[in-house]
Amino acid sequence: MTRTALEVADLKHRYGERESLRGLSFSVASGDLFAMLGPNGGGKTTLFRIISTLIAPTSGTVEVFGIDVGTHPAEARKQLGVVFQSPAIDPWLTVLENLRHHGYLYGLSGAPLARGIERALERFGLTPRAGDRVGTLSGGLRRRVELAKALLPEPPLLVLDEPSSGLDPAARRELLQELRRLRDDEGTTIVLTTHLMEEAAVSDRVGILHEGRLVAIGAPGDLVANLPAHAPTLEDVFTHHTGTGLSS
Amino acid sequence: MLAVYSLWRRDVVRFLRQPSRVVGALLTPVIFWFVIGSGLGTSFQSATGDGGFLPYYFPGSLALIVLFTAIFSTISIIEDRQEGFLQGVLASPAPRAAIVFGKALGSTTLAVLNGLVFLLLLPFSGLTPGPGDIVAAILCVTMLGLALSGLGIMIAWPLRSTQGFHAIMNVALVPMWLLSGALFPATGASGWVQVLMRLNPLTPAVEILRAFLTGVPAANLPAAAGTVALFALVTLSISTLLVSRPVLD
Repeated sequence: MTRTALEVADLKHRYGERESLRGLSFSVASGDLFAMLGPNGGGKTTLFRIISTLIAPTSGTVEVFGIDVGTHPAEARKQLGVVFQSPAIDPWLTVLENLRHHGYLYGLSGAPLARGIERALERFGLTPRAGDRVGTLSGGLRRRVELAKALLPEPPLLVLDEPSSGLDPAARRELLQELRRLRDDEGTTIVLTTHLMEEAAVSDRVGILHEGRLVAIGAPGDLVANLPAHAPTLEDVFTHHTGTGLSS
Repeated sequence: MLAVYSLWRRDVVRFLRQPSRVVGALLTPVIFWFVIGSGLGTSFQSATGDGGFLPYYFPGSLALIVLFTAIFSTISIIEDRQEGFLQGVLASPAPRAAIVFGKALGSTTLAVLNGLVFLLLLPFSGLTPGPGDIVAAILCVTMLGLALSGLGIMIAWPLRSTQGFHAIMNVALVPMWLLSGALFPATGASGWVQVLMRLNPLTPAVEILRAFLTGVPAANLPAAAGTVALFALVTLSISTLLVSRPVLD
């Protein structure tokens, strides 16, 4: 039986008068690559921040492998690897120091930490740059450091907020390949938010978030097949359900 | 403990890799004590006794250096929030108390280092404390550093801009130092100022430093030491509560 990695139930969030999430409910099975697609301002980052325990919802629950992030945030954090839209690494520290710092925050030390760091550096081609300060790296390399950092504690659930933000097309393709490899080879569950069709299209399942509501959810192929239009695309699915294009 | 160590180490490494901060840390003590002390010395001579103003002002300068270093170091919390680093720390399973203590320990270390640099000026101050007195003063500086780092975290945590932090620094923290007996004694001050000086948690720290560095006895040394320790406990506890609180926006 497939385990549920992420369970979101009737999630609501309000910033003052503005409702950013309006009763969101969905689940992600363990080992899936799930994309939450929506335009900027649609509530994706709010959802991401609630899942990663940074903010509390107004109401509703989020469970990570059965652990409620609201009532047991410390336990939930152990299950999560988090990649933020803006870099969460220290530019004054080297790549190695950033990874070591992150490992310590997750309680790793000694040989397991050293092995983990070595593996993370190799996996993302960062070994030659391990001693360089992060502030001297390009945007693409910094993104790799972010990913290496998030995966260092080998979390069963990786959540990413607009992971290809600031990446050129080649680096974006590399990132998507790496995410698929993680899912296939290591069984990591991946949940990402995106406003890019190409990222959503390669996912196992896609949710379309519009004005704080989940207006459609399913495998990209199923969503497209259910549309009556001739030779529809995922973009058509988005327009069909939201009445607007992603760019708007 | 690993999280505390890591956050402490990060603060120290960042400090050492920024030459402007190191130069500032080395020059600030000299400027604060010698230039200001020499400039104001004549005006305050009668109030501070026969020993002269520079020796009187020495412990106050040390308190100011600790205050500035510890508090300004915690401003990095706001920068870390703006730059994104803090969210990575908060999304980790590191205990919130460890996050506060690691940050406070980092700020305290920098404050103590600056304090030690300042103590190198002792031979030029006319003061001749014994080695035991200097050790006691360093312990007091450490406890004060923890208290002020806790205070800095309390102030920085809810703020979203460094400008707001500077405003609070000017409105609250500079007067806190001025009313601690660092610059002028309570004797002769107006009644309400004396009350504020007595309530000021920085006053007992300055009293302790003055007792060990200048030999002027403190009214009640154990009570003063207890107050500084309590000050540290309260600010660090409140900081931990603030950091542990779920954020709603």
